[in-house]
Amino acid sequence: MPDLQAREPLIFELGKPGRGAGTQFPPHVAGSAEIPAQLRRASAPPLPEVSELQVVRHFTRLSQMNFSIDTQFYPLGSCTMKYNPKVCNSLAMLPEFIDRHPLGPEPQGFLACMYELQEMLQEITGMQAVSLTPMAGAQGEFAGVAMIRAYHRARGDSGRSEIIVPQAAHGTNPATAAMCGCSVKEIPCDANGDVDIEALQAAVGPATAAIMLTNPSTLGVFEHKIVEVARIVHEAGGLLYYDGANLNAILGKVRPGDMGFDVIHMNLHKTFSTPHGGGGPGSGAVGVGARLRPFLPIPIVGKDGTNFRWLTERDLPQSIGRLSGFMGNAGVNLRAYIYMRLLGRDGMVRVAEFAALNANYLLQRLQAAGYEAAYPERRASHEFIITLKRENRLYEVTAMDVAKRLLDYGFHAPTTYFPLLVPECLLIEPTETEAKEDLDRFCDAMIAIRREMEQEPEKLSSAPHTMPVRRLDDVRAAKQLDLAWKPAA
Amino acid sequence: MAFIPHTPHDIAGMLEVIGAHSIDDLFDEIPRELRAGTLGLPPAMSEMEVVRLLRARAASDGRPMNFIGAGAYEHHIPAPVWAIATRGEFYSAYTPYQAEASQGTLQVIYEFQSMICALTGMEVANASLYDGASALAEACLMAVRANRAANARRILVPRSLNPTYAQVAHSIAGNQGLVFESVDFDRATGCTLLESLEPYSGQDVTALVIQQPNFFGNLEDPQALAEWAHRNKILVIAVVNPISLAVLKAPGEWGADIVCGEGQPLGVPLAAGGPYFGFMATRMQHVRQMPGRIVGRTVDVDGRPGFSLTLQAREQHIRRSKATSNICTNQGLMVTAATIYMSLLGAAGLERVAAACLQRTADLVAALGKIPGVKPAFTTPRFHEAVLLLDRPVAPILAALARRGIIGGLDLAERYPELGNALLVCATETKLDADIDAYAGALADIMNPSRAAAQGKCDA
Repeated sequence: MPDLQAREPLIFELGKPGRGAGTQFPPHVAGSAEIPAQLRRASAPPLPEVSELQVVRHFTRLSQMNFSIDTQFYPLGSCTMKYNPKVCNSLAMLPEFIDRHPLGPEPQGFLACMYELQEMLQEITGMQAVSLTPMAGAQGEFAGVAMIRAYHRARGDSGRSEIIVPQAAHGTNPATAAMCGCSVKEIPCDANGDVDIEALQAAVGPATAAIMLTNPSTLGVFEHKIVEVARIVHEAGGLLYYDGANLNAILGKVRPGDMGFDVIHMNLHKTFSTPHGGGGPGSGAVGVGARLRPFLPIPIVGKDGTNFRWLTERDLPQSIGRLSGFMGNAGVNLRAYIYMRLLGRDGMVRVAEFAALNANYLLQRLQAAGYEAAYPERRASHEFIITLKRENRLYEVTAMDVAKRLLDYGFHAPTTYFPLLVPECLLIEPTETEAKEDLDRFCDAMIAIRREMEQEPEKLSSAPHTMPVRRLDDVRAAKQLDLAWKPAA
Repeated sequence: MAFIPHTPHDIAGMLEVIGAHSIDDLFDEIPRELRAGTLGLPPAMSEMEVVRLLRARAASDGRPMNFIGAGAYEHHIPAPVWAIATRGEFYSAYTPYQAEASQGTLQVIYEFQSMICALTGMEVANASLYDGASALAEACLMAVRANRAANARRILVPRSLNPTYAQVAHSIAGNQGLVFESVDFDRATGCTLLESLEPYSGQDVTALVIQQPNFFGNLEDPQALAEWAHRNKILVIAVVNPISLAVLKAPGEWGADIVCGEGQPLGVPLAAGGPYFGFMATRMQHVRQMPGRIVGRTVDVDGRPGFSLTLQAREQHIRRSKATSNICTNQGLMVTAATIYMSLLGAAGLERVAAACLQRTADLVAALGKIPGVKPAFTTPRFHEAVLLLDRPVAPILAALARRGIIGGLDLAERYPELGNALLVCATETKLDADIDAYAGALADIMNPSRAAAQGKCDA
């Protein structure tokens, strides 16, 4: 049994009985209010007993074990790891905003921001209305599919319960369909990464509720035949769902509403630069065309004359309902609003332009260095896929090895093994906020790694070498479950 | 250009490498007829202009004194909490999929899971869900998977549960055929009684939801309810306030099978409704049915301890349509804040916070109850909220209080018409004697204008 003492001890192990951060304890309040004995806790919960300085040092040290956008280039495909402007956070933390209880009188200043955010997102996506309430991309997807179901039911067309997704779809698409009580039909993509039109034609029918698409697709290419796809699905009586994961690629260039989509969810934590926070909170605003408008999740900000107010079930009786205890991740939405005001009309278009410039530049340089593009005939959108199947055959290195070795060179790894249908793939998304020098440094690292593959492949297979830990035993993690610290008996 | 570092020289050099004449060429795969025209958006603003705009809007919202709880609670947030949580290394990191480069976030989550287990008295907790309401929806779906004895997908939901939670559970889980049946509360005690559950004895039911303290702030007798449920092969889902667990019996001790709740009271600001986080804990036997991320402690190839995401076979990126949920994020940043908050307070500090909440609410009810036309609806033991009954409609009273800078509570008229003119109030450790006096004085003046006139005041 190895010693489970981590390099930075657990906070629990730093404590001592009787120690505490005294200034943080509220003053004693005199009085006789009491909890009845049978409802009282018998013994105190085993929480840390530490000083304020110990807490500050411990969590500061832990933070230093993370890669982040603020410290590293983070070309994680499909995640849009762009710079998160500091002012978005500092303004969202103004006391008037953060001390505001959600159920009090409607704060007009805050609601004005939310109303304008709805309008701006509507304009950018070419949709008719927007709800900001979904709390993450997956909840936005849920809202989208639930609206599609509600729409068909409201028309008495209740047999439509099949969702079509291309093979390359993100795992949330089929998982969401299942959560909405729908079944999933997967269709293949052709050699160029486009939807296989014949397979689509064969798949649609009276059970088709919708198709869920990302465009540019998860393969990093723009779906050429989108207009035809829209026609086929609409003619079959289905609707089109746009997964906004890759909206960064097309801001101001083409709008999902103009491509024929009926509903879209946007990941505000990707395209609109709200922080990823180590895995959340996100925000998954949804936009809809006229047909789905009555079904939007509540609450939404409405405007009566000059007065802003929350629209509820009274205003939208056909709504799919509430998805959160209050109004979604309001503070995240506020950060997205601030970001959009900073960029404005021209800044938004430049996002897509420079995301595409960086991605295509990086793709060209990596190809010149001997790496193989998964779709060499295609332009990169805001991201692209490198396949290491040849290197895997020649040197027995895997995409995971390259990803781990990149950590040693000071770069976060690209997304690995997604999409599933490209073998040994790296999905690389540089984003528009990276300078040419940083892209060049990344290319230099990839060139050096290529040399290592040929000359000392064990450097890759045993990477990383410079992180707080080396590769972890995931099998042990899943079999000998250790999910919580427990006090010694 | 906002956040774009490219110089004209960079652009020219990069286009040359690509072999394109212009940036526009990079979009030549998008059909011409689909290309967007100029966007109808406002022009860019400098940071200084945005600061002025947002400060003006914030100022127009003001800083009223708040006495609403109803699922989101005002607590003092220690300065270190957000000073550390907003460090770029936490704030701008992604999901810890590359474990070696994310040990900080992973260890925080492991410590968080441990603290939630400590508070709830359960064996395992996940890395968090979106918020308390959606956590209950996920708990109901989990109960369907975990309770093999039940087939009917029926969930019993007391009316003393936060009504928004019931709505959200229905919106999220209703599409999978879950049926939510409402169980009434006792008018005298404001609690759920065993008698109202008896009609369901012996029936095919998946789970019973018990909120402790309940939406009215009253303390249920959860052990009796849980024992009834288990006698009938019904799982128990507890919805709890984490601050209250410093003093209340842990749900693991009173028989809960799944525990969930709103984590916001643990260092997360009210922020007009979010972002917050939901927590969830359960017994080890159900861990594979639990949704959301879970972090485990393991070792690396050298035998050094480390942390990684585990049991991922439950999740969407592996199981796709058979996943336990479509969720792929947790509320990582809020969990970081909560872990720092719980570390600073510890058991002793949390107990002090809970005791102050209890006493302040008792003081508030006593002060308001002295005003003619105001009385408490229930005398049941409570935590930090209470229902007051007024002798007239609540809405105009709240509007008058708001004009004096006091948010006086939540009007229950729409949610609970059967209670009459009912007002839900809350006081936490943040309310001092002077605050409670100010509220009581204002309410007395508004309810009794002749008193105000006699004292030379008027309701603005």
